[in-house]
Amino acid sequence: MNIDSIQNGIVLDHISAGMCMEIYRLLRLDQLSCSVAIIKNAKSKRMGRKDIIKIDEDIDVDLNILGYIDPNITVNIIRDGKLVCKHKLDLPHELNGVIMCRNPRCITSTENSAEHCFYLADAAHKIYRCRYCDTAYGK
Amino acid sequence: MRNLIDIRDMTVEEIDRMLDLADRIFEHPEQYRDTANHKTLATLFFEPSTRTRLSFEAAMLELGGRILGFSSAASSSATKGESVADTVAVVSGYCDIIAMRHPKEGAPVVAARHATVPVINAGDGGHNHPTQTLTDLMTIRREKGRLCDMNIGLCGDLQFGRTVHSLIAAMSRSPGIRFSLISPDELCIPDYVREILTERGCDFVEIGSMEEVMPTLDVLYMTRVQKERFFNEADYIRLKDSYILDPAKLSRAKDDLCVMHPLPRVNEISTLVDNDPRACYFKQARYGKYVRMALILTLLELVKEG
Ligand SMILES: [Zn+2]
Repeated sequence: MNIDSIQNGIVLDHISAGMCMEIYRLLRLDQLSCSVAIIKNAKSKRMGRKDIIKIDEDIDVDLNILGYIDPNITVNIIRDGKLVCKHKLDLPHELNGVIMCRNPRCITSTENSAEHCFYLADAAHKIYRCRYCDTAYGK
Repeated sequence: MRNLIDIRDMTVEEIDRMLDLADRIFEHPEQYRDTANHKTLATLFFEPSTRTRLSFEAAMLELGGRILGFSSAASSSATKGESVADTVAVVSGYCDIIAMRHPKEGAPVVAARHATVPVINAGDGGHNHPTQTLTDLMTIRREKGRLCDMNIGLCGDLQFGRTVHSLIAAMSRSPGIRFSLISPDELCIPDYVREILTERGCDFVEIGSMEEVMPTLDVLYMTRVQKERFFNEADYIRLKDSYILDPAKLSRAKDDLCVMHPLPRVNEISTLVDNDPRACYFKQARYGKYVRMALILTLLELVKEG
């Protein structure tokens, strides 16, 4: 398979093998009505194995979510069968409504309307802290 | 500055300006008697803290303002399941400024987002208590005449004491500060505080008793060592006396040592120390009112140039 099979849409390439379903879930691709192709364990010269997601429609992809999962993912925008744009990803400074704070003493555990927000506290170690209680995610 | 949620949101200059104003009010309270006329402070205490609430209310009353509020979740609609967001949205319509205490960490962030008036964090669980830190800074500055070049001893529970963490974070920005961190191993400072000290190149020692460093200290900040923090009773009994300040230990200190405590105290400072001129903890509680007056005036944008 190659990107020629899409006329107008998005190809997410160089996804670490095994991560495509996580991305599918976080980007809420299940809610799309267009065709979405998921390619698992494709051969890659650079990565050995990789996953690819092809979306057959030019949707607004949340680059923050992708950057958070893996800043090495390549985002290719395809128009009229041609690659028109490649986005470079970074670790986002803020992450809203993606991951959830697990501190039981945090206000987000009782205040239902409060969106779970995180800020990048340490880029070198990829540490995100809750905007409310400052607890590091995953600790 | 619109809200005060976390002391780290304040720059060194903003803190200096706040303390300057608090000093002016302390020295000339009569000039500020009517500055907040017709303004209302709402004290929303979802968790009881009589001392902090009274300090805020005294501050507002002394500025000529009015107060309303509740003093525990039981007397508010929180027990009926009303959210923080809804509570502050409603209360915003009844007041000009809100001081809120809540058992959940980060509740004031939610409040600030939904309030149409300034929000002051009066303590959110074990997380932040910025007006305590401002109080501590005002006390040190007034008693020592400076916020730099001194040896600060912090004694007791340095693990869970949030006032200790905030004070270290604030003071470590000043030049010439040395910290003597006096605690049992079980209650030493957490890693993130050690990281702040290392990152800022602060000089600090971690030791198990206060005797050795006592003659070198300029400030001694005492905190409570709670029995339930220990794994067993024997450790507690063995260690607790090391963290009690009494006249014998104080006899080796400098004449101008400043002894502080966020209060309430249990037994970690002997009452025999209370009449020593170096005991500053009751003064510290008084300063807390002036720093809150300064904060209220600043957030209400009622500051007269001094
Ligand atoms: Zn949280």
